[in-house]
Amino acid sequence: MTTLPPFQTLLDEHAADVMGVLRGAVGRNDAEDCFQETFLAALRAYPKLRDAGNLRGWLLTIAHRKAIDHHRANGRQPIPVAEVTEVGVSDPEPGDGIWEVVGALPPKQRAAVALRYGSDLPHAEIAAALGCSPEAARRSLHEGLKRLRKELA
Amino acid sequence: MKASLERLTERANDEGLLDVAYTISDSPFGPLLLAATQKGLIKVSLPGHDPEETLEDLAARVSPRLLEAPARLEETRRELDLYFEGKLTEFELPLDWQLSKDFRRRALRAIDRIPYGRTRSYTDIARSAGNERAVRAAGTACGSNPIPIVVPCHRVLRSGGGLGGYGGGLPMKEALLKLEGVL
Repeated sequence: MTTLPPFQTLLDEHAADVMGVLRGAVGRNDAEDCFQETFLAALRAYPKLRDAGNLRGWLLTIAHRKAIDHHRANGRQPIPVAEVTEVGVSDPEPGDGIWEVVGALPPKQRAAVALRYGSDLPHAEIAAALGCSPEAARRSLHEGLKRLRKELA
Repeated sequence: MKASLERLTERANDEGLLDVAYTISDSPFGPLLLAATQKGLIKVSLPGHDPEETLEDLAARVSPRLLEAPARLEETRRELDLYFEGKLTEFELPLDWQLSKDFRRRALRAIDRIPYGRTRSYTDIARSAGNERAVRAAGTACGSNPIPIVVPCHRVLRSGGGLGGYGGGLPMKEALLKLEGVL
């Protein structure tokens, strides 16, 4: 059995990163709610967690899901379709800076960019957080950056 | 960030997700780590013990849902402060005994009944715990006391009157006995 460290350690080490990612994903105003939901969900599941090897990746995965839940709850109910097309989701909000543009990227690209530059994650951890292969993570990041360059040019 | 974390701790507590709450509290002897479950005070870690080790031990033995939550230990702090000022002779805190089992728990419960300002010998404790000859085991039980000060193992001395040992060091044991007017 793996021994899990005190949950407080997770807060001390990763809370700032999780907040950073969420600010990139849902914007500054809604990041707080998602942050609470993320850590409460983590706390609920924590005693049954089997592998304490990558707690940071685990937390970021939960944060990512909470960000998606948030976008859905904001009136964007998923509709079953034969083919999934990625549509940009934007949360216009006051303030300036690049994150606003990042917020307008398609979900996977936005998440990849936020994880890479918002919290400095390596590709492998971005892949773990997004539930995709490292190649796919790299591709999303690449596409996201390409689009950003175009938008900002 | 600080406000977010405080809100989180509060919500975790309200939703019953905070199994072990802890805080570090000042005392005349140095910082004490205090930890409580929903049942009551489970751990007092004396100065000189590594707090990180104590927390890891609690996470493994009690629950990893362990957060710094001073609000849950306010009453403990208040009673300890009063005790150190000589204004409190009996703690009224609920205790969680789950870290001690069998003979040790019986020995610690016997220790818990020693009145303020009085002392017992290790032999007395062994007898109360149900085995008069287990004097050494009674000593070990004192040494393993997870809730020192509140469960007053400092009131247990050698039969000849020698101080015996103490987890916080003998000067602390001596000071506590002086505070209670024994020495």
